[in-house]
Amino acid sequence: MPEENIQKLKTGIPGFDLISEGGLPIGRTTLVVGSAGCGKTVFSCQFLIEGIKRGETGVYVTFEESPTNIRKNMRGFGWDIAKLEEEGKWYFVDASPEPGKNAYISGDYDLSPLLARIQYAIDKVKATRVSMDSLGAIFSYIPDKAQIRDDLFIIVSALRDVNSTAILTSERNQEYGSISAHGVEEYVADNVIILRNVLIEEKRRRTLEILKYRGSSHQQGEFPFTILTDRGFVTIPLSAMASEDRDSSTIRISSGNLELDEMCGGGFYRDSIILASGATGTGKTLLSTQFISAGIQNNERCIYFAFEENRHQLMRNARGWGMDYTQAEKEGMLKILFRYPESTRLENHLIRMQEAIQEFKPHRVVIDSLTALEKVATFNGFREFIASLNATVRGQGMTGLYTATAPTLLGGSSVTESHISTSTDSIILLRYVEVYGEVKRGLAVIKMRGSKHDKQIREFIIDDKGMHIGKSFRNVIGILSGNPTYVDQDEVNRLNDLFPDEA
Amino acid sequence: MCKSDLDKKYLLKLYVTGDTPRSDRAISNLKELCEENFPNNYKIIIINVLKQPDIAEKEKIIVTPTLIKESPLPQVRIIGDLSDIKTVLIGLGISSRKHDIFSE
Repeated sequence: MPEENIQKLKTGIPGFDLISEGGLPIGRTTLVVGSAGCGKTVFSCQFLIEGIKRGETGVYVTFEESPTNIRKNMRGFGWDIAKLEEEGKWYFVDASPEPGKNAYISGDYDLSPLLARIQYAIDKVKATRVSMDSLGAIFSYIPDKAQIRDDLFIIVSALRDVNSTAILTSERNQEYGSISAHGVEEYVADNVIILRNVLIEEKRRRTLEILKYRGSSHQQGEFPFTILTDRGFVTIPLSAMASEDRDSSTIRISSGNLELDEMCGGGFYRDSIILASGATGTGKTLLSTQFISAGIQNNERCIYFAFEENRHQLMRNARGWGMDYTQAEKEGMLKILFRYPESTRLENHLIRMQEAIQEFKPHRVVIDSLTALEKVATFNGFREFIASLNATVRGQGMTGLYTATAPTLLGGSSVTESHISTSTDSIILLRYVEVYGEVKRGLAVIKMRGSKHDKQIREFIIDDKGMHIGKSFRNVIGILSGNPTYVDQDEVNRLNDLFPDEA
Repeated sequence: MCKSDLDKKYLLKLYVTGDTPRSDRAISNLKELCEENFPNNYKIIIINVLKQPDIAEKEKIIVTPTLIKESPLPQVRIIGDLSDIKTVLIGLGISSRKHDIFSE
């Protein structure tokens, strides 16, 4: 047999073509298995819909739901199947059982009419895509598994002969375990995709895994996906993300605070991601406001994703520091998007944020705060969220400022921080410092990738003009550990003499 | 055995796929059975789904051979090559014994 690369058909399902490295193998049948409610029907419908959008046509073989039900259910995604049928782009092969019409069985039989009907339908609309959903139903009224398996083989090879790219869905009983409920389906298909809908810590996590892609490369492992009302099935490729291998920028931009710019060695790098971490009230939102303010002054578009304070609160705060957000929004320089973290799943937040970024094309991105988002996600889900978001922000040369809230007032690091500190370029710590019965605020730049930075913990004050960074806390130790202790000036001098270079 | 509606003619549609041994078997089994149980009181229509896939689509035929008793009502479907005569007779309402295939 001549060695030939398997050609792939771009499905058009968002993210899936990246994970599958090009789409579904042309002329082959791909088995899509998953437990109830995992999105098999949406996936198989969308496979045809996206094809039709690209000028192709499709045949939908339904074993379970009636065409009437499918037409009705898919209207929610804005897909008008009845109209596509009229236009000759979509054809139903109805193999759904009719309630109360169980047939008597007398002797041998085979599924050849099904093939005849599929072939007739393919011929009628000149279909390039075929979806068969969901096979499991057929086992309930045709008990002969071996017969079904033989006939499926015939159908699959017939589809290959006419070069139709097909999806065959089937049930499975558990999220991890044997591939399919009947143990027949996986032997028939060249490719197997598993959809999972796992309950972790009371949160649903949907993932897609390509288990087998005969003779063809694909991304390994589980990829999160979500189902959105206006877009349908959306997979979130992580490692497969189209990473533009762009040069790191050496251009510095202002943080909006001259002293902080100095501490960072001349400002933030343009395509970097900065994490500002601190307890509540330490000035994270102010830092974000100043960052945006500097952007707007520099004629850069900014987007502000707020998850803690709503628009009006943010605008009021900004006004308090002499910054007019309303005007900036009118001029199209700023976009404030507020959402309750709990309003939807993290994957949906991510997709909406990425959409907003693609649409608005900002130079600066602020997320306030990550901690609020982390609360609605699983551990893996959050890690993937950060990875995907960073790729979007960095990949397009934007500057990202994320905030994280520390759980304790004094010292301590937030969980968010430990999750994402390696994936950020700079980290700014904001801390309360207790000195002789007085609460002061301290700021430190603890990481600045690719640049020198100020290593001191400096005191700062907040007034109606904003943030003012002053001298370092030279007489206090233990600020970062949350246990500040005042030390004698003589002792400080003695320590400085010991390590002259570090001062 | 109770022949209930002698005056009513049996209208039987047999769906087959092409000219296969299984199709032939179903046809001859059906003819034999009809002759034996209600001679001259039946009509058999044989439909080849390969030639008329649109009818198969309309009638939702998934397997062949499929026998559909169109009249007398109620409509009944029997699938297979009709080699199990007992089941066919029950399906056609000729055998009085209630019999469910799934209760076996």
